[in-house]
Amino acid sequence: MCSPSKRTQWREELQHFRKDCGFSKKVLLNCCLVRRIITLVSPNPKDSVEDELELSAVRHRPEGLEQLEAQTRFSRKELQILYRGFKNECPSGIVNEETFKEIYAQFFPQGDATTYAHFLFNAFDTDHNGSVSFEDFVMGLSILLRGTVQEKLNWAFNLYDINKDGFITKEEMLDIMKAIYDMMGKCTYPVLREEAPRQHVEVFFQKMDKNKDGVVTIDEFIDCCQNDENIMRSMHLFENVL
Amino acid sequence: MAAGVAAWLPFARAAAIGWMPVANMPMPVAPSEKNKRQDELIILNVSGRRFQTWRNTLDRYPDTLLGSSEKEFFYNEESKEYFFDRDPDVFRSVLNFYRTGKLHFPRYECITSYDEELAFFGIIPEIIGDCCYEEYKDRKRENAERLMDDQEDNKDAKLPNMTFRETMWRAFENPHTSTMALVFYYVTGFFIAVSVITNVVETVPCGSSPNQKEVPCGERYTVAFFCMDTACVMIFTVEYLMRLFAAPSRYRFMRSVMSIIDVVAILPYYIGLVMTDNEDVSGAFVTLRVFRVFRIFKFSRHSQGLRILGYTLKSCASELGFLLFSLTMAIIIFATVMFYAEKGSSSSKFTSIPASFWYTIVTMTTLGYGDMVPKTIAGKIFGSICSLSGVLVIALPVPVIVSNFSRIYHQNQRADKRRAQKKARLARIRISKTGSAVQSSAFLHSKRNGLFNEALELTVRPDQRLSKSTSLLESQHHHLLHCLEKTTVSEHHHRKFCLSNLQKNHEFVDEQYYQQSYLEAGMQNYPSRSPSLSSQDGVTGTCCTRRSKKHHKPLPNTSAPAHIPPLKHTHQLGLQELSTIHIQPLSTSRSSLNMRVDEQAPLNCQSSQITTAIISIPTPPVTTPEGDAHLPAGPAHQNVVKVSAL
Repeated sequence: MCSPSKRTQWREELQHFRKDCGFSKKVLLNCCLVRRIITLVSPNPKDSVEDELELSAVRHRPEGLEQLEAQTRFSRKELQILYRGFKNECPSGIVNEETFKEIYAQFFPQGDATTYAHFLFNAFDTDHNGSVSFEDFVMGLSILLRGTVQEKLNWAFNLYDINKDGFITKEEMLDIMKAIYDMMGKCTYPVLREEAPRQHVEVFFQKMDKNKDGVVTIDEFIDCCQNDENIMRSMHLFENVL
Repeated sequence: MAAGVAAWLPFARAAAIGWMPVANMPMPVAPSEKNKRQDELIILNVSGRRFQTWRNTLDRYPDTLLGSSEKEFFYNEESKEYFFDRDPDVFRSVLNFYRTGKLHFPRYECITSYDEELAFFGIIPEIIGDCCYEEYKDRKRENAERLMDDQEDNKDAKLPNMTFRETMWRAFENPHTSTMALVFYYVTGFFIAVSVITNVVETVPCGSSPNQKEVPCGERYTVAFFCMDTACVMIFTVEYLMRLFAAPSRYRFMRSVMSIIDVVAILPYYIGLVMTDNEDVSGAFVTLRVFRVFRIFKFSRHSQGLRILGYTLKSCASELGFLLFSLTMAIIIFATVMFYAEKGSSSSKFTSIPASFWYTIVTMTTLGYGDMVPKTIAGKIFGSICSLSGVLVIALPVPVIVSNFSRIYHQNQRADKRRAQKKARLARIRISKTGSAVQSSAFLHSKRNGLFNEALELTVRPDQRLSKSTSLLESQHHHLLHCLEKTTVSEHHHRKFCLSNLQKNHEFVDEQYYQQSYLEAGMQNYPSRSPSLSSQDGVTGTCCTRRSKKHHKPLPNTSAPAHIPPLKHTHQLGLQELSTIHIQPLSTSRSSLNMRVDEQAPLNCQSSQITTAIISIPTPPVTTPEGDAHLPAGPAHQNVVKVSAL
């Protein structure tokens, strides 16, 4: 989980080291190699200790209250309340995917919310660095709770578009749909059939894919949603959440 | 729900916007937040120590004292704080529970005082976090055992009027209560010893007659031994019958271990009497005599140590089983290895794998008889490995058994010591109480009586209200789940399937109901509705032909995760969706629960039926997109609200 950041950390450290001590590049490479060998050979506890040190050392402090107030549509008090709740659950200041999944899964005890939480995480983690900081969190919430309908639909499209290529394919939609149905769990009434997600996806595509090219673009999506009363009404459903 | 997670509920609800474009059905209305106050700090004064927290923190658990309006009873107007006359140290743990969602049990705290505090604040101890739960349970068990011991001591006291039977039983169980019992105890003990020694001596070879080989004493002095045996068995039989007569519950007595031992001890004699001196059965007769050795187990009534040993072995059954299992595994492995290693050598005693079992057992238990020894080098190597591993395998479960034995033994020691000290202790307490002068004791006496009356009035706390308002948090969470249900829609079914009931969306149901309905009955139309709820049955007559599906279970009001079946009624033309959704309480069984108020979207028919626990909430009907205006006259539906008080 941490290896890409660990590698960059090493690289940074190496660069500083070189500059400070004036070692030759070759020597450093050798050291790097030796270090790699040692980490390969040595048992895992060493790694996990380093991991733990790293994680505990990560303390993310969010930007100031004024900046956040400017960037989002929340008032100062609301930001305070949000941050207090956020910090309570994630004292280190950032949420990684595991914690995110755990938190989200607690709301849906009967089903398996991890897949959907994964997609949600990717939607919130706008800079794709593997963790959601308070700023990401609050920006996302600002769009969802205080944004215009256009922005909300944009956000939803972004959620469905797993590979962020601007098109929702049937496979992507099927993944999302399965994730949603997974959250329902097994004990439903009536029983969820195997092809229920697929059928749902068909219905969705019938509605949304105007030019029948097998993908849904952002414009088709927004157009279709704006013509649908239900969806429009439901967009305003959670406005008084905070 | 965990406290911290409650703070994330707004996020989860906001994220539900992700489902909206996918859903084909209208979403339910969100619960409104009436009189949403700004969060404020409240002060809790516990015996002088002031704690402060947000009101919202306390509201997270609405079925505890601090989270409900019950704390208003403790509000102090002058100082604008809530005053509790309780232990501030324990209150720390209680307040931390609200803050972090986890209840911890401090180790230095007395278990009973902790329990009392928890009971006062309305928190069930089962939600103690995993980190402290073991400790709590251990301490509680110890305490319970100690209290039980104390109670048992009281049982020794002779009740004023006991029947002869009860006296006899008491004499049997506690020999030190009367002289007769003590005499009986020693007599039986003596005869058990005599009987055992007789059995042993019977087989010793006595002097031999010159022309015969040595005969055992039993065959030489048959009559004497027979008389001894008869005497012992008679005593044992009389004892058994007397115990049977005196036992308060004869059936239970007969099932107990000691009585079974008694029976097994005396049965061989009677069977031997009954059986004739037949050659065929004499073999069986000999076997029966082996059972006479069970008489030695009768000593366990006389020795507490023996009883403790037996109890220990019983409680360590799993460790013993593990020991046995691992030994068996090791024996089989090593026997196989030794067999194949020794196969080559000539005149090897390892003729087969089962034959090697004996060698393996003897070696692993480090007995080493030497009747079978490996001769090849490979055999010797594996043999040494075998003996080393034997030591290890046996040494592993032994400490567990030993520690168990030690714990139980010390417990018993403590009980005995306490019993001995109890008299002295009671005497001291009595002295200190009556130390004051006579007139003050009368005064204290009367005052105590007065207080007692007062306490009676206070302890009748206002009973839990039947219809408790659920917390906003819970209703919001349930709304969220409701939205999810609405999102996962099954296919629109054709209108021609008028007669069958086809569900429109999926609902959460509980395990039990799911299994009952689906794994047994399949998705059939359910015929009838239960008449227990007064429903507008007559109204369905006016609706179009359809069968309504109703499932009704009685209102559960337990604190376990209650199952509430969905009560669903669909209209064929797909115009109205009525669903009474009963969502399973979200928290685990170890946390406190509150069930929600259901929201219902009725049709235009009159829907309010109000019974004590059933309230209907009319909300405007929501039509689906393809709605023609053909709304049927109100079908019957149940608006069921289940509320629970804990």
